[in-house]
Amino acid sequence: MRLELEEASNWIKLFAKKVEANKSELNELDTAIGDGDHGTNMDRGAKAIVESLSKNDPTNVSDLYKDTAFAMIQKVGGASGPLYGTAFLDMSKAVKNGNIELSDLIQIGTDGIKRRGEADVNMKTMIDVWQPISDVLKSGKLIKKDVKEALDSTEDMVATKGRASYLEEKSKGHIDPGSQSSAYLFDTLVDVLGENN
Amino acid sequence: MKFGILIVSHSNKIAEGVKDLISEAAPDVSITLAGGTDDDEIGSSMQKIQDAVDTNTGDEILAFYDLGSSKMNLDMVSELSSKPIHRFDVALVEGAYAAATMAQVNSPMEIIENSIKDMKIK
Repeated sequence: MRLELEEASNWIKLFAKKVEANKSELNELDTAIGDGDHGTNMDRGAKAIVESLSKNDPTNVSDLYKDTAFAMIQKVGGASGPLYGTAFLDMSKAVKNGNIELSDLIQIGTDGIKRRGEADVNMKTMIDVWQPISDVLKSGKLIKKDVKEALDSTEDMVATKGRASYLEEKSKGHIDPGSQSSAYLFDTLVDVLGENN
Repeated sequence: MKFGILIVSHSNKIAEGVKDLISEAAPDVSITLAGGTDDDEIGSSMQKIQDAVDTNTGDEILAFYDLGSSKMNLDMVSELSSKPIHRFDVALVEGAYAAATMAQVNSPMEIIENSIKDMKIK
């Protein structure tokens, strides 16, 4: 299955809305194990995405992902800027000469985050949502339960990458904020695809 | 000169302070900096890093940074830049100071790398 422009554009817009609506939730999660600004940072990125897309409506998926990437890179300010930015920039490049399967697209985004963050699964980062979702998409349909399971798996992990890693064992028992914002991304993807994708 | 120095910090004051310090040891080396976000808040800005690379007159850049997102933004600029950027995962102040001292006397890369590799902390 491929995500075409209209669906993809709805997806990004719904994601931006969801981030804006859940700014405080993301800040709260980040206060527990980080510096408390993930919501504020992502909200800035979300507003930049909305502004960019309303000013200049992309005419293909490559431009859509590129504009999303640049809005995040330029406006987020924290580590999530280059991480989401790299994911969407790599996705943009991957569809430049024609759309690709959604599962491949999300895997390419995941690989971008791994490269940029020099990280992998089980380090209590957003990769712990992106990678399982990529895997689910490869084997079939994606439902919100998959997203929730991936997100919840970060709660008991001990962080070994990012600021939360300084907390060592104390990072346990908290949901990773970057995983939460990633869960919003994939929840809204399910909204666009429908639960019976 | 062959090498220019780039300082990337979450704080503009740190970036400026490091530049003040290392300029003493390297008066002829191009030293450019990217400190804080676009609004001069604490954080990092890809645009500021890009500007600091563009204005640096070194043929190749020796880049020093402090925390996580500085590194990631630096890497993004590196991937897009045609100018060679060498990232050093070393203590910011000590590493930049040593590298600047060596850049001032046109030391080759091999010597610079070798001299500061023990300062690797990240």
